[in-house]
Amino acid sequence: MQSPLEHVTLFHIGPVPIAEPVVVTWLIMAGLGAFAFLATRKLSILPSKTQTVLELFVTVLDDQIRDTMRRDPAPFRPLIGTLLLFVLIANWSSLIPGIEPPTAHIETDAALAVWVFVATIVFGISGRGLKGYLETFVEPSWVMMPLNLIEQITRTFSLIIRLFGNVMSGVFVVGIVLSLAGLFVPIPLMALELLTGAVQAYIFAILATVFIGAAAGESEEIPLTAKESD
Amino acid sequence: MEGNLVEIVSVFSAALAVSFGAIGPALGEGRAVAAAMDAIARQPEAAGTLSRTLFVGLAMIETMAIYTLVIALLVLFANPFV
Repeated sequence: MQSPLEHVTLFHIGPVPIAEPVVVTWLIMAGLGAFAFLATRKLSILPSKTQTVLELFVTVLDDQIRDTMRRDPAPFRPLIGTLLLFVLIANWSSLIPGIEPPTAHIETDAALAVWVFVATIVFGISGRGLKGYLETFVEPSWVMMPLNLIEQITRTFSLIIRLFGNVMSGVFVVGIVLSLAGLFVPIPLMALELLTGAVQAYIFAILATVFIGAAAGESEEIPLTAKESD
Repeated sequence: MEGNLVEIVSVFSAALAVSFGAIGPALGEGRAVAAAMDAIARQPEAAGTLSRTLFVGLAMIETMAIYTLVIALLVLFANPFV
């Protein structure tokens, strides 16, 4: 059985070896980008079916970000939405025969989590100012500074391992059952993998929202909620 | 059967890690689901919010078991001592 930490090198571009997850990642990126470009090219007041689905997605996403962060969701929508969509499509790409989800390899998850880490710093500085952001590290007192610094690393690391472990274990279990039992037996496990993939994509996006929201701090003015009655 | 001692210990410790690492999250998930059922029984109109929170919580708890699985796979496939 192949180790989940190794890669299949498909081809070389010059001296750079290109592994399978890279190709799948770029295919997903191209697909998402092309879909987003084509779907938003002619937006109208009376929305078509595709536009309705997209508007519903954006509305739900905005509500989630607003509930979690208590801020205006507009600056965070592109990053969080892209993370959610990419991880979801990547987790579900195992449905296509012969394709292994890129999130089942630790490097893809590491790249995503590092972007979340960078985004917390950027949004933290832009939300509180450099001094204000640095002051969050000495809260509630100076004694806690090492713990606050370590927390930045460990939560990024746990973000990596959580996504990697969940997706990889699904691929692994399906592979083992397939080699033991035969053709149609792993199908219930694959159905379970769909649920796990969706939940993990949601959790990745929500945790990114929580981290960025905690770094950016609460805004002074209360954001306009879509549902005022709540 | 020839076997390196490090390999034997690695396989054994991987099984041990997964088995013990599964106990804690299993108990935790059981408590979480029981509490959620209790809450839904008391307040059925909040079932949507409760089950969404439950799913997120379960995935968080499950992560602990996944960590031990990753450790076991590291021991099996990327063992630095073999």
